[in-house]
Amino acid sequence: MPHARLSPRQYLILGLVSLCAPLGDTCLSRGMTGLPDITLAHPATLIAAVFTPWIGAGIALLIGFFASYLTALSWADLTFVLPATAFGNVIVALLARFWLHEPISLERWAGIVLITVGVGFVARGPSLTERPAVQSPIAEPVAIGKEQA
Amino acid sequence: MTIPYPAPQPGFWASAAMIAAIILASTAGEVLTAAAMKSIGDLDEIRAHSGLKGAIRAVLTCPLFFAGVSFLALAFFALLFALNHLNLSLVAPASASLTLVTNAIAGKIFLKENVDRRRWTSAVLVCIGVYLLAH
Repeated sequence: MPHARLSPRQYLILGLVSLCAPLGDTCLSRGMTGLPDITLAHPATLIAAVFTPWIGAGIALLIGFFASYLTALSWADLTFVLPATAFGNVIVALLARFWLHEPISLERWAGIVLITVGVGFVARGPSLTERPAVQSPIAEPVAIGKEQA
Repeated sequence: MTIPYPAPQPGFWASAAMIAAIILASTAGEVLTAAAMKSIGDLDEIRAHSGLKGAIRAVLTCPLFFAGVSFLALAFFALLFALNHLNLSLVAPASASLTLVTNAIAGKIFLKENVDRRRWTSAVLVCIGVYLLAH
């Protein structure tokens, strides 16, 4: 069913898309940097890495991202979902600033403002392209059959 | 892990080709995945009628979905290849931001989405924003 306006549940799905991808990447990065060097000579260590807490959490978050992303694409346009979920970049930058106390340059603040404005811009519009109602492919032969009769 | 010696950076056209390969594969993957999900229908409704298993089955039995995932995997390997030759500070912002614009064009052409002035403006704003944020 087309939804020109989103329900709170659908906003929640978009929020999950925005959050899960950057958090998943961060978990993978945190997990991989905490491991000893992995070489092609010992590929088993890479498989073992999957079962460490940070990598496992990262994979779970990325699975959550993909499931939410597919769900969002089933009721919203691609050109709506991609800009709307770009807010995840802003979340990561803000986490880096206020949680990890990393410095943010003026350019990055400008980027945060532009993404926020862009997301606000697209979120105020319709999420799905309205299309004319398509006739059921089953109904057509019946109608033709009636005409011929 | 051994720290690689600083390799010479590829020329402009080679760098552009590597970034273009990521953008093209990524755009094809996103568009095919979006087309697959539109052909399947609202997953929330499918899950309400057929449960989670029914929703997963609907996705996994759609050939377009696998075509999309294949292109997304190709984009991932193109990214790895590019990162082997180019700096992350160039590849990540360039590919992430330009993909937004190519997706808007592809969405309009192939998915017949109504990419109005609002969406174009948003795509361009987010594109510049991602570039500034990642640069």
